[in-house]
Amino acid sequence: MTLPGGFTRRDVLMKIGILFNGIIAAILAVPIVRYLLSPVARERKGGYESWIPLGDLDQFPSGQTRLATYRNPVANPTDGDTADIPCWVRNVDGQTYQVFAINCAHLGCPVRWFQQSSLFMCPCHGGVYYQDGSRASGPPERGLFEYHYRIENGKLLIDAGEMPTPGHPIASNIVTEIRPCV
Amino acid sequence: MRLIDSIGEWLDARLQLGTSIRETMEHPVPRETASWFYVFGSAAFIVFILQIVTGIMLALIYVPSAGEAWSSLQILNHNVSLGWYIRALHGWGSNFMVAIVLIHMVQVFLFGAYKYPRELTWIVGVFLLIVTLGMAFTGQVLRFDQDAYWGLGIGASIASRVPVLGPWIVNLMLGGPIIAGATLSRFFALHVFVIPGLLIAFVAVHLLMVLKLGINEWPMPGRVVRKATYIKEYHALTKTDGVPFVPGAIWKDMFFAAFILLSIAVCAAYFGPFGPSGPPDPTIIQTSPRPDFFFLWLYAVLSFLPPSMETPALLIGPVVAILGLLLLPFLFGEGEKSWRRRPIAVLTILLVAVALGTFTHLAQHTPWSPVMDAWSGEPIPHEFLDNRSALERQGALVFQVKQCHNCHSLGDQGGKRGPALDAVAVRLTQDQLIRQVIQGGGNMPAYGKNLSPAQTTALVAFLETLHPAGQSPARNASRALALEPGAASQPSSHQ
Repeated sequence: MTLPGGFTRRDVLMKIGILFNGIIAAILAVPIVRYLLSPVARERKGGYESWIPLGDLDQFPSGQTRLATYRNPVANPTDGDTADIPCWVRNVDGQTYQVFAINCAHLGCPVRWFQQSSLFMCPCHGGVYYQDGSRASGPPERGLFEYHYRIENGKLLIDAGEMPTPGHPIASNIVTEIRPCV
Repeated sequence: MRLIDSIGEWLDARLQLGTSIRETMEHPVPRETASWFYVFGSAAFIVFILQIVTGIMLALIYVPSAGEAWSSLQILNHNVSLGWYIRALHGWGSNFMVAIVLIHMVQVFLFGAYKYPRELTWIVGVFLLIVTLGMAFTGQVLRFDQDAYWGLGIGASIASRVPVLGPWIVNLMLGGPIIAGATLSRFFALHVFVIPGLLIAFVAVHLLMVLKLGINEWPMPGRVVRKATYIKEYHALTKTDGVPFVPGAIWKDMFFAAFILLSIAVCAAYFGPFGPSGPPDPTIIQTSPRPDFFFLWLYAVLSFLPPSMETPALLIGPVVAILGLLLLPFLFGEGEKSWRRRPIAVLTILLVAVALGTFTHLAQHTPWSPVMDAWSGEPIPHEFLDNRSALERQGALVFQVKQCHNCHSLGDQGGKRGPALDAVAVRLTQDQLIRQVIQGGGNMPAYGKNLSPAQTTALVAFLETLHPAGQSPARNASRALALEPGAASQPSSHQ
């Protein structure tokens, strides 16, 4: 049977079949794409950051820089040790603090603190930072990533949850730095 | 025998593949292509089969969970009989596969095989190179150790530099905000399902085109490719001077593939498996992450790029390189195939090989990284301390304690980040030494806030002793004049 326009009935049915499959594919694509984008979609809902205690203030003596670790606020049971994140805490003068990410601002390798020369050095490409986190030498384009912090009930808290990267330094909802309320 | 024949006939009556298989095997190839230069493609394919088999073996034990992957590798290495050997085969197979794919690529490039009508074969080959490197990188991640963990950090840091979309790409790549369980799971899916699927599909298309279009003939200087005549000339060549692929050419492929498999087996037995290095615990920061062999050159490039160049180079460089490879057959689809008439092609290969080799060599020694324990682990050789005054030895102590040794070597010991200081006193005067120490510069941190005046004095006194015997230290000739009593009051006759 030939329909007006030269189509046969089978041609039309086949085209409807293709269209039908296309519609179903589009409908199925929605949950699949949404599932794939779930790590990104999370960001819209206020990000991954939350306030995490690093420990009592007396763990961080005045004038010293110490390694602290925290359990990432977003973690799954299968994460194992990978959700234990280190950071460097500098007690500037007993009043003010600086909390640096462990990740070099160049390519994310773990920087090490050298107390004697008051420098952070990176083992990967030789990035070096001063004790206040500012860039001293090497390939990094900027200073160390610095977490926002606050002090509550004698504990040091930082706003953390996401690995800082050069394109996404510390993300935070807070615009200005919170000064310690000691 | 008769039974085998009758089974064969029974199968062929149903499958009806016998004729086309026979035609494929016996298709004529130009006699000169039955050459030892034409064995790399088939060898890469055989190594890929080995990777599939050993990969499936490993998947029987391996646990793709961030909390347990590292332990499951230990179990493979130590608790499963010959688990270490399967890991070694897979690891060495990976290195051989990348190497053979690269050699294959160089060979077909130098033989002009990308020219008409084999442009698409080359393009699919470029995709095969990319997915092979993708397998190598994701495989390195599955060896979920310290290097894998921080290697992912490097990957994320690079990806984050993409304008606007960077942070999203990082989250997609890591499967969340940090390198953790979801990251390993998605790299497992990539390494085991997605990329091998692409690889198999690309290999099928690549091989199909080799069969349909015929293997590239041996390039002869003066035998120029022209689109109008090439296919006719090629068919004439295979007709007049062709041999059946089986057995005329395939025996060399077989010998070489067997030799490569044997080499992998021997390397695996002798050198053993790769790692794993320390557990993927980010709180263990005493680590110097290194990528696997085939990414070392990139690791070196990343330390030499000036900061302002880095993001553009990282984002634009790969795009330009891949586009260049993809456009090659369209820009140079005709003309001479022989490398004897293509000096620029030969020079390009040499340049790329020397550059990659040099960067790889540098990355094995990482002269740009401070030697983290030189200050405590590598003493100053005694010849730099003999017959020195108390102040100078105090300076040597400052040199050691303030970690100068991490970046500067003395007597070939210590870091290579900064210049060797064995003869620094010949290069810099006392004033220049003081200035350099206090203000830094030229990629050296400023130590002004870090050294007391007494420490600086002692350190510079020590540095001033660092000159070869019989060669006096550099001195500022005008200094004595300027400090001479009454020098200031003299009329400035020099002006």
